[in-house]
Amino acid sequence: MRLLSALLIGLIFGIGIATSGMINPAKVLNFFDIAGNWDPSLAFVMGGALAVAIPGYRLVLVRKAPRFEPKFQLPDTKLIDVKLVSGSGLFGIGWGIAGFCPGGALPALGTLRPEALAFVASMILGLFIARGLKALAARSPQSA
Amino acid sequence: MTNFSPLTSFAGGMLIGLAAVLLMAFHGRIFGATGILSGLIRGGDMRDWSLRAALLAGMVLAPGLVLLGTGNWPALEVPVSMTAIIGGGLLVGIGVSYGGGCTSGHGVCGNARFSRRSITATLSFMATAFLTVYVTRHLIGG
Repeated sequence: MRLLSALLIGLIFGIGIATSGMINPAKVLNFFDIAGNWDPSLAFVMGGALAVAIPGYRLVLVRKAPRFEPKFQLPDTKLIDVKLVSGSGLFGIGWGIAGFCPGGALPALGTLRPEALAFVASMILGLFIARGLKALAARSPQSA
Repeated sequence: MTNFSPLTSFAGGMLIGLAAVLLMAFHGRIFGATGILSGLIRGGDMRDWSLRAALLAGMVLAPGLVLLGTGNWPALEVPVSMTAIIGGGLLVGIGVSYGGGCTSGHGVCGNARFSRRSITATLSFMATAFLTVYVTRHLIGG
């Protein structure tokens, strides 16, 4: 039941990504192209998601525990630092270059389009590179 | 050229928000594509890993279900080169790792909880994405 529930939730997310246009790099890039063929649709995606998630989280998080787990796992870090801002900034540059974000690209894998496969493969490589850099930084105390 | 689609985009966004709320209600987790993928390649606890694998399986099945339901694949058009896809993918992977999330984790889930961290991250990646497209489409290319 636990895994079936997760599968269905992933499916709902993926259908949302597919119908909203987040799966489509052309649409994503046109959203960012205010000076060109601007397509403001993706602002409505964020609006729709928040319109459900803000009240939905309110209702859910007053409960004692989630259905299948002993407790809610919420991020406890409140730290706003250079890593957060520059990492997110770097993500935005990659998003603006390719037109895929992680949530758009994972459902896109299901279309078997080579661009989606290549994007996810290189994103995984990027995750490994970041992990290597973090391990290196942890070993040399002088570096920031 | 893509067409302005406020209604389907809003409806699709609502499904994304619904998935986030359901994952919290049933599994107590933030729905972040970054966390799902990085957790899968990290391995670790089998219970967490299987949850992420099931979420990913659902996501990957979605376009096929759209095809079954509507007779068409969801629109997916790639206006950039394969080099841009691969280079962009690398930057996205490194960036979300340091930034601790992406459009789903920070942009939807974190912002829905009014997390200052997520609001900061969202402003940062939206700003650089707008700037990047301006540079690639109007300063370099065209």
